[in-house]
Amino acid sequence: MIYRETGQFKTSYAADQAIFPIAQDRLGMLVILAVAFVAVPLMASDYWLTTILLPFVIYGLAALGLNILTGYAGQLSLGTGGFMACGAFAAYKLATAFPELHVLVVFALSGLITAAVGMLFGLPSLRIKGFYLAVATLAAQFFLLWLFNKVPWFTNYSSSGVISAPPLAIWGETYVTGFEATPRAKYLFALTVVTLLALAAKNMTRLKIGRAWMAIRDMDIAAEIIGIRPLATKLSAFAVSSFYCGVAGALWAFAYTGAVEALAFDINVSFRILFMIIIGGLGSILGSFLGAGFIVLLPIFLNNALLAMGMAEAVALASHLEFMIMGALIILFLIVEPHGLARLWQILKEKLRKWPFPY
Amino acid sequence: MSGVQQRESAVQRKRHIGDVLLAAENIGLRFGGVQALAGVSFDIREGEIRAIIGPNGAGKSSMLNVINGFYQPQEGHIVWRGQRMRRMRPHFAARNGIARTFQNIALFKGMTTLDNIMTGRMLKMRATMLEQAVFWGRARREELEHRAFVERIIDFLEIPHIRNVPVGKLPYGLQKRVELARALAMEPTLLLLDEPMAGMNLEEKEDMCRYILDVNEEFGTTVALIEHDMGVVMDISDRVVVLDYGRLLADGPPEEVRRDPEVIKAYLGVSQD
Repeated sequence: MIYRETGQFKTSYAADQAIFPIAQDRLGMLVILAVAFVAVPLMASDYWLTTILLPFVIYGLAALGLNILTGYAGQLSLGTGGFMACGAFAAYKLATAFPELHVLVVFALSGLITAAVGMLFGLPSLRIKGFYLAVATLAAQFFLLWLFNKVPWFTNYSSSGVISAPPLAIWGETYVTGFEATPRAKYLFALTVVTLLALAAKNMTRLKIGRAWMAIRDMDIAAEIIGIRPLATKLSAFAVSSFYCGVAGALWAFAYTGAVEALAFDINVSFRILFMIIIGGLGSILGSFLGAGFIVLLPIFLNNALLAMGMAEAVALASHLEFMIMGALIILFLIVEPHGLARLWQILKEKLRKWPFPY
Repeated sequence: MSGVQQRESAVQRKRHIGDVLLAAENIGLRFGGVQALAGVSFDIREGEIRAIIGPNGAGKSSMLNVINGFYQPQEGHIVWRGQRMRRMRPHFAARNGIARTFQNIALFKGMTTLDNIMTGRMLKMRATMLEQAVFWGRARREELEHRAFVERIIDFLEIPHIRNVPVGKLPYGLQKRVELARALAMEPTLLLLDEPMAGMNLEEKEDMCRYILDVNEEFGTTVALIEHDMGVVMDISDRVVVLDYGRLLADGPPEEVRRDPEVIKAYLGVSQD
């Protein structure tokens, strides 16, 4: 009843190949964007913006990046944290060496640098697959972190190894990074970047390049016979994925924390993002954000709920309970729907097509 | 199709048969100590339906894999349109219009029927990654153009109802058909079919025969197929190659091959006259 496409006749392939062919999806997307871009900045407090929403959109972008590589192209990677660090440090070096560069140029270039690094570490993927590739990408994780930690040039010889983001303006005096920027500006900037990149990812995954990725994931032999070059396709997935992770890392350092050291992007970050896409749904743009929301927002929600339930004194107990409930929920979701939250949403949509008269 | 019509169309087809499109010359292929193919030579002419038959393990699938460059033979070569290939490569084969289907279906299980068939158009798309990211200009134009072409194949193979179904959920017979559709989307000059009718019931087999004959007649596509159903092979093929233990046993029109004593001994069993 609510979600049904009856009466929406697509009379051309153009209409059928549109990014959101169904009217309800278009409307839903507009509502979400309106809420994210207008309602949230107007209503949310600075605390909400900086500690909850910013990490959510940035984690969402990183999860999207990993999902392109793992979910769409089928190449398991544990190097996400390393690539994020690469983006963060590339942006830092660019912004401090060339202060006149526009912030968008800095971000795009740091993404491109990370893409090149990602392609380099993607080279073994031609020969090794699955878990073994995951181990090979661990090399990227450890090597990149070691590099940024041990070579002082990357931190501009700061004694603590911490880089602090210089203020960069989107135009005039409107700063979007560094300590001068308001939380609202930082949030809107990050949200815009993430929205545009998510849109681009949606387009890529449903067109030629996305089909090539999925073909390699599903049956590499048949893909090769059709004329898809395995190495070029896998490397393009590494490049695009690393671009996204790099931009996410740059946003992390510049818009979210403001100051960061290499160890902030350790292996735990990689695992966290991997869990996000497993729970959210492999091979789904929406799933990346659902997973990020689940992993980032749920602990905060649980924590607040427990505290509200009169556990203000037993803070330690509350945080232990939070871990336990979180773990139980992850297991529950994986049992109920191994294909992730995105699939649950899809099933729900299927049901809504017929509800309330499922004849 | 009645018997008379069938013979007529067979006669017509013979007129379409042209020059040698692809020739295998003295192919020898070994896997360690196993000699999969030994000194196999035959040719495939433009416009014909060429069957490759033989008992299990005779090297039929290996032969197809050699033809489209998936295996590299230790001896001999493939001659493509009169040009002797030093090494055949899958990418070269695909670009030159050699398409194939597999014995155990090799579809992209997580993708819909439509997307699977669209992958067959991959080599004809030129849009850059950036154009695809914004879905504008060439990317959009190409996508719609190829969609229209793919829809014609979908109509031709009578599968519009499963357009948006992930192929992993389809029954076996339909999966085989989608795989044929994907190969046809490449607009092949040479179509290699590895047991296109394995595991099908009579009705599905008849459908598949009809598609193969239609493809051959309407688009002039050359077909090389491996098949175990002798009835099918004898009915639709113009010439038959018989392999046994990697050797070429016989090569000729179906009636001739059927009477060959060697073939009868090795493959068809004792004569039932």
